[in-house]
Amino acid sequence: MSDTRQAARYTEYHPRWYRPRVSTWWWLGRWPYLKFILREISSVFVAWFVVVLLQQIRALSRGPEAYAAFERWLQNPLIVLLNLITLFFVVFHAITWFNVAASAMAIRFHGKRVPDLLIVGTNYAAWAAISLVVAWFLVRS
Amino acid sequence: MAKQSNEPALWALFSAGGVMAAFVIPVHLFLLGLAFPLGWIPAPGYEYLHSFVRLPLTRLYLFVLCFLALFHWAHRFRYTLYDGLQIKHLNELIFFCCYGGAILGTVWAGYLLWNFR
Amino acid sequence: MPETISLEVLRYSPERDAEPSFQRYDVPLHKDWVVLDALNYIKDKVDGSLTFRWSCRMGICGSCGMMVNGEPKLTCATFLSNYAKENKPVRVQPLRYFPVIRDLVVEVTDFMTKLQSVKPWLIRGDGKPISEGEYLQTPEQLDRYKQFSMCINCMLCYAACPVYGLDPVFIGPAAIALAQRYNMDSRDEGAHERMDVLAQHEGIWGCTFVGECTKVCPKHVDPAGAIQQYKLTATIERFKSFLMPWAAK
Repeated sequence: MSDTRQAARYTEYHPRWYRPRVSTWWWLGRWPYLKFILREISSVFVAWFVVVLLQQIRALSRGPEAYAAFERWLQNPLIVLLNLITLFFVVFHAITWFNVAASAMAIRFHGKRVPDLLIVGTNYAAWAAISLVVAWFLVRS
Repeated sequence: MAKQSNEPALWALFSAGGVMAAFVIPVHLFLLGLAFPLGWIPAPGYEYLHSFVRLPLTRLYLFVLCFLALFHWAHRFRYTLYDGLQIKHLNELIFFCCYGGAILGTVWAGYLLWNFR
Repeated sequence: MPETISLEVLRYSPERDAEPSFQRYDVPLHKDWVVLDALNYIKDKVDGSLTFRWSCRMGICGSCGMMVNGEPKLTCATFLSNYAKENKPVRVQPLRYFPVIRDLVVEVTDFMTKLQSVKPWLIRGDGKPISEGEYLQTPEQLDRYKQFSMCINCMLCYAACPVYGLDPVFIGPAAIALAQRYNMDSRDEGAHERMDVLAQHEGIWGCTFVGECTKVCPKHVDPAGAIQQYKLTATIERFKSFLMPWAAK
């Protein structure tokens, strides 16, 4: 895109443009931008979940004592608080992800675009079904 | 294509991870991080979980979940730093740290699950 | 309803001012007046030096885009009465992220160059002689790109896009949506030529799907959707050329 940068140069007839720099805090001022940054930050909590999950797998592999220690660690109030925040962010991720699914996919059926509401609705229904299946496997003991 | 970029592959991993994370992580986290430790729902016992994770299919599922979720994180976090903090000059370092972290985490997950006894 | 409404308009003269500043004007508040009517009132009756672009007054020329209370708007379609309740002056500023030439006029060469770089016209390989007739298209084929063809190049989506603001090399929402308008056209054969420009980092990969471009679009073009859809296309093409190098052009 070097030609574009060339075009954006100052010219003889426009000697002094006013071109403010974008503030580092551009995402604080407006709610849609803040929502965007929160959505992106949710990825950090997705990674945190992987860390917890791997800790669990490691503890399971090491035996019942290690697993009991892992379960006590999960009851630490700070970890509970962190997991509460994590739950908020991963749910936020899921909602924002499903809501834009229709716009990002544009599925067509018999030459007509499938209505957005149908795609988004299917996603939510699948979310509920998958959650039930996962819970069914984990809640039996 | 003019430039053979690796963006398509990284984006594909990001998207697959986003789908995976959206569908299964909320329920996993709710049970593992809140409902079980706080006693809202009786937690599954060690014996059950241990034998369940030993099934190859469970291990495959857990590996794919970790792998995709980490690459989802790497991609999104890289762009968050890029846009949110305007530190474009550190682009290569950010790139290296994000995907490097994801690769390390994936290797760790693979090691734990492969050697699961 | 009060008789008048106040406007705070950004003024900048490259000869006189180092920094722009707001100037306040009181204009009559009519139920059927839009922000552009107020600006024209100021220019005709109060201060002839106020500079801004406008043309059709009916939302099709795309030249009167400005920031109204911080939101990118077509000023010909933004009613003053919507702001009367707030009891605060209405702030009118030039489109965000573009260099300001004077008052409310911004420099748009960057957009024009980018628009041209995606070749927004029908590209045919060999074409066929006129004697063989037109290239026919079914309503279904028209429907695939019609939404993207509604773009009026008003650049509100650029003013809404932080990625463009932060990194001006990004090709941006409208140019990519218009590239898709031709890529999806059954008569077009230029998708490969456009891919060189679109599939760079400065093309679709710079986009982080903030989604504001789609929200501010006065013509419901959905540039954000166009970009994400193209990401999928570009990814599939990339994997195809990786798995079947002989099929790639």
